[in-house]
Amino acid sequence: MRVNFTVNGREQRADDVWEGESLLYVLRERLGLPGSKNACEQGECGSCTVRLDGVPVCSCLVAAGQVEGREVLTVEGLAEYAGNRAAGGGASVPGAATGEAGAGAARPGTAPHPGGSGELSPVQQAFIDAGAVQCGFCTPGLLVAADELLERVPSPSDADIREALSGNLCRCTGYEKILDAVRLAAARQEETV
Amino acid sequence: MDFLRPATWEEALAAKAEHPTAVPIAGGTDVMVEINFDHRRPEYLLDLNRIGELSAWTVGEETVELGASVPYTRIMEHLRAELPGLAIASHTVASPQIRNRGGVGGNLGTASPAGDAHPALLAAGAEVEAESVRGSRRIPIDAFYTGVKRNALAADELIRSVHIKKADGPQQFSKVGTRNAMVIAVCAFGLALHPATRTVRTGIGSAAPTPVRARVAEEFLNAALEEGGFWESGRIITPSIAREFATLAAGACNPIDDVRGTARYRRHAVAVMARRQLGWTWEQYRGTGRAMEGAA
Ligand SMILES: Cc1cc2nc3c(=O)[nH]c(=O)nc-3n(C[C@H](O)[C@H](O)[C@H](O)COP(=O)(O)OP(=O)(O)OC[C@H]3O[C@@H](n4cnc5c(N)ncnc54)[C@H](O)[C@@H]3O)c2cc1C
Ligand code: FES
Ligand code: FES
Repeated sequence: MRVNFTVNGREQRADDVWEGESLLYVLRERLGLPGSKNACEQGECGSCTVRLDGVPVCSCLVAAGQVEGREVLTVEGLAEYAGNRAAGGGASVPGAATGEAGAGAARPGTAPHPGGSGELSPVQQAFIDAGAVQCGFCTPGLLVAADELLERVPSPSDADIREALSGNLCRCTGYEKILDAVRLAAARQEETV
Repeated sequence: MDFLRPATWEEALAAKAEHPTAVPIAGGTDVMVEINFDHRRPEYLLDLNRIGELSAWTVGEETVELGASVPYTRIMEHLRAELPGLAIASHTVASPQIRNRGGVGGNLGTASPAGDAHPALLAAGAEVEAESVRGSRRIPIDAFYTGVKRNALAADELIRSVHIKKADGPQQFSKVGTRNAMVIAVCAFGLALHPATRTVRTGIGSAAPTPVRARVAEEFLNAALEEGGFWESGRIITPSIAREFATLAAGACNPIDDVRGTARYRRHAVAVMARRQLGWTWEQYRGTGRAMEGAA
């Protein structure tokens, strides 16, 4: 079957999608967006976390056909999305605020591919600065989940952070640096407001 | 495989009538795991995501009509006062990502003895509204679970909503597991005080082939509270009454040994949860007369 949906603010079409296929598979194998990771395919690890109409979900548990006509934000679109949000472009629906034309105008030369530009979002920068990335396999899912938390709760408590990241497993870091990274991103966000 | 995407409830019922083997998919948090692991290859997937009314709820005089696909996150955020037991139970399900997708309709569809909504629904009192092209009926929650992962739905029926009694007193839910997130209950217990009718109701999860009520324990406690005039006086419950209630609750279990725990441990843990929850809810009843919210 064919599935039409919006990924990181751009219209996408996937063809020859098997009816039992997951959104994760479509993103990685059909749209060339390997940022969302496949580690368990059963909702346990959160490494495949994306936002579906703004809501964090495990893309491995969303059937491809269920995203027809809907908006998906992946880690590849996070920098641009966070940039638009900071610029006051509205944040409730990923990508919806600017659309392709607006995003292209803001960053000339961006390829019309939803694969991102190489710039980093504040939460990505904080993960690097705090040393929260080791093998990196869990990182994309954590970034999407952490960014959504900071959008929803600008000044999160430690309990808020732990809860928001409770669906994301990391086998390397022991989590402390990850918590630090989110605290750092929150602190920087407060400074700039 | 075919992917059916009805835009309306009527279309969904027609599709299910035409293809009774079609597997409905709501949040997909049970269905997709089975498909990803090749445990299930349905001929048809019937997507319910486009049917808006399944994600809506209505707070009525005596009940909340909860659409089958209302995600757990919404229940936690919006229905804590009306459905405290279910709101607490919802918060214990998996992780934020799963709670953003999964809901009570899917929990009932799967009908796992470990489903966290079940003890809360049994304790609160609820009816499942099932509908097909033949018409609509309400299945009392006590009659809904018919076996391990089996329920009372006919092949052409879909769950439209669950009618859950609004809390008229304190409610609790707890489960035993190794961490706070992402835990399939080793066993679970739910308790609701119903001061309006001077009754208590319970629900037990993961300790029998289906979710069950601890009926003998309920009857014992109802009689003991009545005889002792506890509802009027709001006196502290005598420890011997609480202990007997806990023992009888454990007696309602019919557990198995498995990787998550032994039958003996499950019985013990259910007794502990029953005793503690009676303490918590009764304190709340005494403290605020008729408190409406759960505590945890
Ligand atoms: C990592 C992980 C952790 C989990 N942890 C928990 C937990 O802690 N506690 C818990 O209770 N569950 C847990 N689950 C199981 C699952 O999330 C729940 O059972 C959830 O309620 C399912 O809802 P859903 O909408 O995703 O169902 P789906 O997967 O869409 O459907 C589940 C079943 O119900 C049927 N169905 C769905 N909607 C309807 C309808 N309207 N009418 C008729 N049939 C219908 C489907 O055909 C299917 O058989 C977990 C799952 C995962 C992947
Ligand atoms: S791959 Fe989706 S949660 Fe692990
Ligand atoms: S950095 Fe390796 S899994 Fe998290």
